[in-house]
Amino acid sequence: MTSLDLAFAACGLLAVVAGLLAVTTRQVVHAALWLVVALLGVAGCLLVLGHELVALVLVLVYVGAVVVLVLFALMLTRAPIGPDLVHAVPVWRRVAAGLAGAATTALLLAALLPLAGGAVERRDIANQAIATELFGTWVWPFEALSVLLLAALIAALAVSRGPSKEVASP
Amino acid sequence: MIHLAGPYVVAALLVGLGVMGVTVRRNAVLLLIGVELILSGSLVLLVASGAATASRWEASSVLPLFVITIAAAEVVVALAVILTAFRHRGSIDLDAPLDDPLAATSATRGDRT
Repeated sequence: MTSLDLAFAACGLLAVVAGLLAVTTRQVVHAALWLVVALLGVAGCLLVLGHELVALVLVLVYVGAVVVLVLFALMLTRAPIGPDLVHAVPVWRRVAAGLAGAATTALLLAALLPLAGGAVERRDIANQAIATELFGTWVWPFEALSVLLLAALIAALAVSRGPSKEVASP
Repeated sequence: MIHLAGPYVVAALLVGLGVMGVTVRRNAVLLLIGVELILSGSLVLLVASGAATASRWEASSVLPLFVITIAAAEVVVALAVILTAFRHRGSIDLDAPLDDPLAATSATRGDRT
């Protein structure tokens, strides 16, 4: 166990515990807020692994934008303040979901853990090298992504406006 | 020095939790939280692949950025669809039975004419 292992274990434990609470809590707003904690834990993991740019983008985009969007959607769909009794699920379904999650985890662990060797030296990743590759080798996928974002924006507008207009004008 | 078993375990647990969240939730917005957890598990795995050995074209840093962007676009469209469904049906319960679309359209047409 090295200090990097300990730091990663702490961040990973935070992410996993907060993720478990996010998927099991009955209060809908708490689920979104636990997702924030889980994503901060994941960002800490990425920071320990040396990819600081990805960690910062994760915090900016996920915690800053996606979770706020999810909270807005919860408010707009009239989420209850207390426990969500309308969408309560029976016990057998919780058990089945837990079994499905455990099976997925076991499958991934069985596939991945044999690949992990002993301790390795962490690589230093320079942000300048990432920028050079991003705007050199990856520039066309990068531009395609901006088109994708624009298409998503327009599609969201069209989806949320189109049908109501059609109904309003018979 | 770092052991790569840690990232693998965390990624597997996050994906398992995400699958659990997707299967257990009936609220359509909360289903997206499970999807986000699955995607964050894949992010940890992608980044761990480049933490020890040099990745070609810095793919271990650039591909996670692309995954984050695509996830943001996906969430925007999904939330727009969910909000539209809520406006039409009055609920976002994923277990609610679908109304018969033919009966519904003929009923509204009958009301209008």
